[in-house]
Amino acid sequence: MDLSSINPVLLVASIMISATPILLAAIGEMVVEKSGVLNLGVEGMMITGAVIGFIVAINTGAPLLGFASAAIAGAVLSLTFGVLTQVFLSNQVATGLGLTLVGLGLSSLLGKPYEGQKTVTLPKLDIPILSDLPVVGRMLFSHDIMVYLSLCIVVAVWGFLKYTRAGLILRAVGESHESAHALGYKVIRVRMMAIMFGGACAGLGGAYLSLVRVPQWTEGMTAGAGWIALAIVVFASWRAGRILIGAYLFGGITVLQLNLQAAGLTWGVQYLSMSPYLITILVLVFISSNRSRSSHDAPANLGQTFHATR
Amino acid sequence: MIQLEKRPQPSKAWTVATPILAVILTMIFGGIMFSLIGTSPVEAIRTIFWDPLFHPQFAGFSRPQLLVKAGPLILIAIGLSIGFRAGIWNIGAEGQYIIGAICGAGAGLALYPMDSALILPLMIVAGALGGWAWAMIPAMLKVKFGTNEILVSLMLVYVAENLLASVSSGILRNPEGMGFPGSRNLSQWSSSQNLELIPNTGMHLGVLTAFIAVILAYVLLTRHIQGFNIRLTGEAPRAAKFAGVSPARTILFCLGLAGALAGMAGLFEVTGPAGQISIDFGSGYGFTAIIVAFLGRLHPVGILLAGLLMALTYIGGELAQLMLGVPGASIQLFQGMLLFFLLGVDVLTNYRVRIGKGELA
Repeated sequence: MDLSSINPVLLVASIMISATPILLAAIGEMVVEKSGVLNLGVEGMMITGAVIGFIVAINTGAPLLGFASAAIAGAVLSLTFGVLTQVFLSNQVATGLGLTLVGLGLSSLLGKPYEGQKTVTLPKLDIPILSDLPVVGRMLFSHDIMVYLSLCIVVAVWGFLKYTRAGLILRAVGESHESAHALGYKVIRVRMMAIMFGGACAGLGGAYLSLVRVPQWTEGMTAGAGWIALAIVVFASWRAGRILIGAYLFGGITVLQLNLQAAGLTWGVQYLSMSPYLITILVLVFISSNRSRSSHDAPANLGQTFHATR
Repeated sequence: MIQLEKRPQPSKAWTVATPILAVILTMIFGGIMFSLIGTSPVEAIRTIFWDPLFHPQFAGFSRPQLLVKAGPLILIAIGLSIGFRAGIWNIGAEGQYIIGAICGAGAGLALYPMDSALILPLMIVAGALGGWAWAMIPAMLKVKFGTNEILVSLMLVYVAENLLASVSSGILRNPEGMGFPGSRNLSQWSSSQNLELIPNTGMHLGVLTAFIAVILAYVLLTRHIQGFNIRLTGEAPRAAKFAGVSPARTILFCLGLAGALAGMAGLFEVTGPAGQISIDFGSGYGFTAIIVAFLGRLHPVGILLAGLLMALTYIGGELAQLMLGVPGASIQLFQGMLLFFLLGVDVLTNYRVRIGKGELA
């Protein structure tokens, strides 16, 4: 094994790339959960975004159009979840699981003809002065636009939830839908919008996998990224800033184990591959062991069905 | 204006009618999906639901397959449904299924090539213990630290898949397999083979176990105090606590039972239909069983019927792939749609639909 083949500058740069899909999906899911809805279908929306983004990009030659369609596809898919849970009052856990199963089936059906093809990927942005800085320039300032967009979304969500009236309403709906309803806020409408935002973000995250990170379409390529995003929301105790830390931490673990594999570690490749999942479990245990705090952070009405009787 | 009014009790009639309605809706929308991908919808639906049972040429082969596929689905779904009843969401049955198969096969292969009638029973116990132990991880973590069992059990599926890849090219690899990954063929070793009990029916030991599990689950849920406690925990957690039902014990029981059943299902699969531990052993039964559990309304008898129906879509799907060139993934989508429609029409069970302006109470 040759550890010197791991270049720290490239390592940081690739951490940012591998963290972006999870970051996008997690920040979207956080908004959904803040409104009191638990959507376990992140994996399904991500993989649908991945396949739609790839198909559009390969047919039009425009990766950005691929991202846009992936966001729309994710939002449309999440809308079915929204209608089922908010209008037909179905169980959110079961419906979310169903969404994942539907997404996996739909994506492999749509993606079959595109397996093994190559697509154009996003160009690296060349920011004047910043990109030319030694070390830092390569590390932080020579990425594609989606990396920066994902960071912008995190800041925007943070600002939205903390400083705007609409953000306050969204949080109120998540903390107590009965009170929000009594005050005259449209609980279902707010939740629908949050669900669709979450779907669009998950779609973008999926498209980043198939268009930039890999960049190829293979069946089941999200490989649990959506579930890891869900775990990160818990890890972050529903705060935007910590979502960023969580996603980059997991990006780091993924890249590190891939680098170790590439550096010629001969034994136990499978054990390295399972490490991100094991570490997710460890982190979850660590976060939830502080029980008084973690139960305090979760939106009070998370996962509960709202039925307006009056 | 359409309004929903909560029923004081779930409607008995709709409990039975909603799965049927969901199947009909799935057939209609599935037909639309098939016509979109350029297959005749009538022919596709007939190939999936009718031909496996009644086609003059293929039915002889595909009819036994019905039980072969339904066995593991029912066995896993029974375990899951008991947890779901208590509000414990074990969605990692796929992992428990894989680990059960690995442990059971490992126990058997350790004794290869001994000849004894006790080997298969030993393997069954080892498989059940393996699945149980794998399910105990999320259970213990939930009890000790309050960790979310949904995420932990699912993460463990990916861990189990990697373990499977590791052992099938590592310690369980067939020494006479010319270096190819995959274990010895357990269905060809007389001590470990899980043969059909009645020829040409597909009825093997695993299917028999599934049927026994259905009966025992029915007795547990309707006649036993533990079953009552489980239902109470799911429907009124606070009331259950006041009644002295220990949440920790319920969690350990439900997850452990589901894990043991899934592990057994894995063992029966590896000694029978699958034959060996190989990288692609995980077949998604653990996830489809979630659909089966819901489609069967978390009721043992319902699960029995739902398992047979889902097995039919598997076999019919393969037949449609073969005869009509329908992509395999469309069946997965079809099954997912079934779950969606079921959850959607379920509103009729718990709510009354009122048309017209609602009166003020």
